[in-house]
Order: sequence, then C-alpha cells, then structure tokens
Amino acid sequence: MLQLVIFSTLNGVLYGMLLFMMASGLTLIFSMMGVLNFAHASFYMLGAYFGFEISRRLGFWPSFFVAPLLVGALGALVERYGLRRVHKFGHVSELLFTFGLAFIIEELTQMFWGKLPVDYRVPPSLDFVAFRLLDTTYPAYRMFMLLTAIAMFVFLLAILTRTRIGLIVQAALTHPDTVAMLGHNVPRIFMIVFGVGAALAGLAGVIAGPALVTQPSMASSLGPILFVVIVVGGLGSLQGAFFASLLIGVVQTFAVAMNYSLAEAFGANAPPLLGDLWQVTIAQLAPIIPYALLVLMLILRPTGLMGTRET
Amino acid sequence: MQFKVAGFALAVGLIAVPAFADDTIKIGYIDPLSGGGASVGEGGLKTFQYLAEQINAAGGLNGKKVEIVGLDNKTNAQESLIQAQKAADQGIRIITQGNGSSVGVALSDWVTKFNDRNPGKEMLYLNYAAVDPVLTNDKCSYWHFRWDANSDIKMAALTTYLKDRPNVKKIYLINQDYSFGQSVRTQARAMLKEKRPDIEIVGDELHPLLKITDFSPYIAKIKASGADAVITGNWGQDIALLLKAAADAGLQTDWYTYYAGGAGGPTAIKQTGLSHRVFQINEGLPNSAPAAAQKFETDFRAKVGIGLWYPRAVNEMRMLAMAITQAKADDAKSVAAQLEGMSTEALDGDPATMRKDDHQLFQDIYIGSFGPLDPGAKFDEEGTGWGWKTQGVVKGADTILPTTCKMERP
Repeated sequence: MLQLVIFSTLNGVLYGMLLFMMASGLTLIFSMMGVLNFAHASFYMLGAYFGFEISRRLGFWPSFFVAPLLVGALGALVERYGLRRVHKFGHVSELLFTFGLAFIIEELTQMFWGKLPVDYRVPPSLDFVAFRLLDTTYPAYRMFMLLTAIAMFVFLLAILTRTRIGLIVQAALTHPDTVAMLGHNVPRIFMIVFGVGAALAGLAGVIAGPALVTQPSMASSLGPILFVVIVVGGLGSLQGAFFASLLIGVVQTFAVAMNYSLAEAFGANAPPLLGDLWQVTIAQLAPIIPYALLVLMLILRPTGLMGTRET
Repeated sequence: MQFKVAGFALAVGLIAVPAFADDTIKIGYIDPLSGGGASVGEGGLKTFQYLAEQINAAGGLNGKKVEIVGLDNKTNAQESLIQAQKAADQGIRIITQGNGSSVGVALSDWVTKFNDRNPGKEMLYLNYAAVDPVLTNDKCSYWHFRWDANSDIKMAALTTYLKDRPNVKKIYLINQDYSFGQSVRTQARAMLKEKRPDIEIVGDELHPLLKITDFSPYIAKIKASGADAVITGNWGQDIALLLKAAADAGLQTDWYTYYAGGAGGPTAIKQTGLSHRVFQINEGLPNSAPAAAQKFETDFRAKVGIGLWYPRAVNEMRMLAMAITQAKADDAKSVAAQLEGMSTEALDGDPATMRKDDHQLFQDIYIGSFGPLDPGAKFDEEGTGWGWKTQGVVKGADTILPTTCKMERP
C-alpha cells in the first residue's frame, strides 16, 4: 500500500508538472489577450517532433535547448502575423483562428512525419534507474522530467516577480486595459508572452516525447485537459494553474489506483436501471474526473480556485 | 487543335479506367492507419500487400490481379462503416479487417444488411483478427469468415497451459475497456475457476482503449497487488506501452498475452529483461515452423522488414485464392460457398478447417515464450536478439468449442 501511495504520488506530481508546463503559457495568454488558444497543445506536439528531429541529428542535449526556442519563435510569428491581424475582428475570430491553426499543425505534422508514432527514444545518458524503493524502480528520465519542470516553474516565477517585464505582465493579467493606457507597448508584450508560452509548451513536448508517445494525436488528446486546468485554476492566476495542474495530475493517478464501485459500497444487488453503473469502479472513471471537476467548478465557483476576475 | 485532341484522349483515358478495374480483384483493407492502432494496422496492410504481390507474381486469380486498397478506420466503428460504404461504392466486393472487435461486430452487421438490400452485389467480410466470440456465436453472419482463433479458444489454451505452472498463484487481469477486453476478463475468470481454482485473482482492470500513453499508474497498482502473473488481451500500443511501463518500474511477473508480439512489444519485453516469462498465443511460430514456412518468413522479412505477426493473414489469402480459383468466379456468393467447410493446410503445415456452422477456422494453436534465441533458432524480433520459442501446442481438434450460431443462409 505504501508503495502504491509513493509511486502514485510521484507519477501524479510528474503528470501534473507536465500539465503545468503547458497550462502556464496557456493561462498567461488567455488572461492577457483573452484568447482561448486552441493551438496551444499543438505547440507541445511540435516541440516533441522538433525534439525528435534535432536529437536524431545532433543529439538530445542540443535539441533540449534548440527545439523550445524554435517553437517559441514560431509562436511569436503566429502572434505577430496571424493573431494580431485577426485581433481587431474580436475574440470569436481569434478563437476560430487558433482552432483552425490546431488542425493545420496536426495535418502538417502528419505530412512530414507520417501518421505512425516516431521512434523518439530516451537518451542513453539518462537511460538508467534513478532509485529503487520497496522493490520498485524509478527511471532516471522521469526524475529528469520532474526536475526540468520544477526548474522551469522557478524560472518563470523569478521572471514574473523580479523583472520589469514580469511586472508589466502581472499588471496586464489583472488590468489589461489600464496597462495599455499607461503607454506600454502592449502588442509587443502580447507577442513575447505568446512566444514564451509556446516555447514552454515546446519544452514540455521535448521532454515528454520520449516518455509518452510522439504521434500526431498527442495534441488533440491533451488539449482538452489544459482547458480544465486553466478554468479550475482560475483566470489570471499562475499559482491557480500550478495547483490545478498538480490537483488534476494527482487525482487522476490516484483514481486509477482505486477499485471502489457502488456495488462495493452498497452491496452487489444493483437497483433497477443502474445495472452497469453499479459495477463501474473509480479507476474506470479516472479519464472523466477532470471534466467533472470542470463542470462543477463552473457551476459552484466560476472564478476558479484562485481566480480574481470573471472575464 | 492538337491540344483538344490531347484533351479528348486524356478524357477517354480517364473514363476508360474503370473498365480496367474488371481485371483486378480489389480487397478493401479496413483497419487503423492512424491513431493508437496504427502501428499494427500498418503492419497488417504491408502483410496483405505482400500476399497480393505473391499471388500476382504467380499469375493472379482466374487471370485477374489482386489489389489491396488501404482504408483508414481510426479503430472506430462508425468510421469503419463509412469506409465500408466507400469500398462498396468503388465496386469492392471483398473487405478484410482485424483490429478491434467493436469494429468487427459493426462491419459484420453492416455487410449482412448491405447484402439483404443489394442482391447481386453481395460483399464478403474476411476477418483476420477480431476475436470476440459473438462474431461466430450469437451475432454470426453467413458473409463473415474468421481466420483467427476466437478469444475463448485462446483463453482455453492459455488456461490449460497454466495448469502446469504451479508457481503462478496470484493473477492480475488488465484489459481494454470494450467488447473484446470484457470477454477476455470474463472468460479468464470462468476458465481459471474451473482449471486452477487455487489461483487468486488479485486485480481486474479495464482501461480506455488505445488512449493511454503512460501505464505507470497501472503498473504501480499491479505491483502493489502482489501478482505473480498478468493476463492481458491488449494489442497495438496498449501492449507495447504496458510492457514498457513494466520495464521502467522493474515489475517482475509472468505475462500471459494474446498479442505481445505486435509492433513495439518485443522491444519492450527485452527492456523488462523477463526472459521466457512473457507468453503469447498464436497460430504459428517461425523458429519451430517447417522449412516451407521458414522460407516464407525469411522472404517476408527481407521484403517487408517486420516479422510475420499474422500467419492467419497468409492462411486467409491462400484460402481465398483457392476459393476463387475453384469457383472460377470472384463474387461474394460463389466465394462464400467455397470457403464454407474448406479444409486445407495452414502455413505451419497443420490441418485447418473452416467450420461450416459458424465460419470459424480451427487450426493448431501455439504457445510461445520470448527470450534469448536457442542455438539454431533463426528468427529474432525487432533486432533484439530475442525470439519466440514454442512452449506448447494445442491441436486444432482440441480447440473446438460448441457454437450457438444459427446462420441465415441466402
């Protein structure tokens, strides 16, 4: 039991941190620009594919640094030459723009790399057992992922709280209109935030690619969960996104470990009309728990866990 | 003027294309070519294309060439029906499918209804791997033929083998949450109770089909349960990633599987280091096969670049070829009449019979374990240096189970 708790916690925190690497960019973009970026998970996928392609040619470490920068540059270009033009037509156009972009990126990825998963391997320098606990091993690569995510979080926090541009971004999170009136170059900040957000998603892709599976469907399978994170965390709150990511990661992982069903709680005889539902275990419900959380949160507390604004 | 003539010639050429189509027998291959099932779907497509090339090189069937048309169904039942309709519209009369019994049941039903509505244009559904027993029992169809041993047959063979493995005491079941996975768990429970009542089932898991990319939470649970063996019907990425996560966590159990040999599986088993502790059930294993089958395997690997996962596909195409030549026709009605009750020699040289009552093929079933190659063994998998070794054979006659099929014949 202890073993299950320890490893489920590790796995859950890791998954949560990975979610946060993507959600942090998404929530910054959403709070500042009001754009619900449907293509955000696509940048994560591009990160994984760029990482695969570069590590195949130059090795893993160059790709670890170069691929996120490439994805970030791509994100900045998308904002500068796509989103900024669409901006004047309102939020719906922006939403549709990113929606279309997600499909285009997926199709392009399939054209370049095919529909099959690519063989993106854990680099040999990180392919060993990190530690052994209660007869279960934990791979070094997962520790590396965890550390990278934590390092990124510290870095992001430092920038936001210790630098001038961070202060402006923070101000723009809660009072975007006022910041513009103060004479700051808001479009440029938008571009930087969008680029950095994309780069963070790209970094998540580079490190998640070898551990999970690098395939064209990876964006569409992860995208919806990110929206759950930013809604649960609360609009305009990076801390909220952080706790929501961890919450969802841990809850989903622990749910898998639980076998309780209604039948176990109230006896094997199901009341009429509840036959199948009676036997469903929490483990089977694990994939829908985040969405249930989303719905409940919107009903009970629309501002999210730590949100400060409603629009 | 010249341009006009050229254009006219081109137009005539385009119109004339369908006329050529009469010289080919098209087989629609409806299986996942994208998404989580794509790795095995692609392997299957290449296998069928190779088999078609072989037939064509030998002069075709009744003078016609065989062509395989790949149709991507994304392992989705609705998408499969759209693809089947597309195949029908193109004039394809034979379809083949294998990955996913949910798809298999939908296709069988669709083909049956299509044939009722379109007399004279009947379609034939050749199933090489969808193993849900209902397809040859309650939901059987005259137009459906199955070459893979159904799930109950496989489970019967696995549990019989388990009788002689007294070291297995605690078993964990993990399966995909759809019709086939559910049938595996039910049968495993029923048959273990009968053959090894002393075995305790310490876990019974159903997980979403082809959606999970990290099985670590499930592996942690298996580990915590204290299981010494796992039974799983997982296929495609679900078996490869499950084994990969087991390797990462250093899980030391026996694995009784249906499909550990598919794409990525062997590589992951090698990572776990579980030598001869991962078992798979199949209708042929290359290292113990007779010379003719070994030659086929060698040629196949040289051309296609993967091991032959589906000896049943070879059996399917050979029997189809026999049926078409014997009937001297390639319409579904004549072919089905020939296939019913057909007896032949399977790729591994064993007798195989397509039972008339339910269109299930009965053949010898092999249990293999995966580990370092014995001296003299020729075939390793995925460049790992490990290969399959035969641990047991169940004769075709011993795999025969009764059927509840009451077939409506045309």
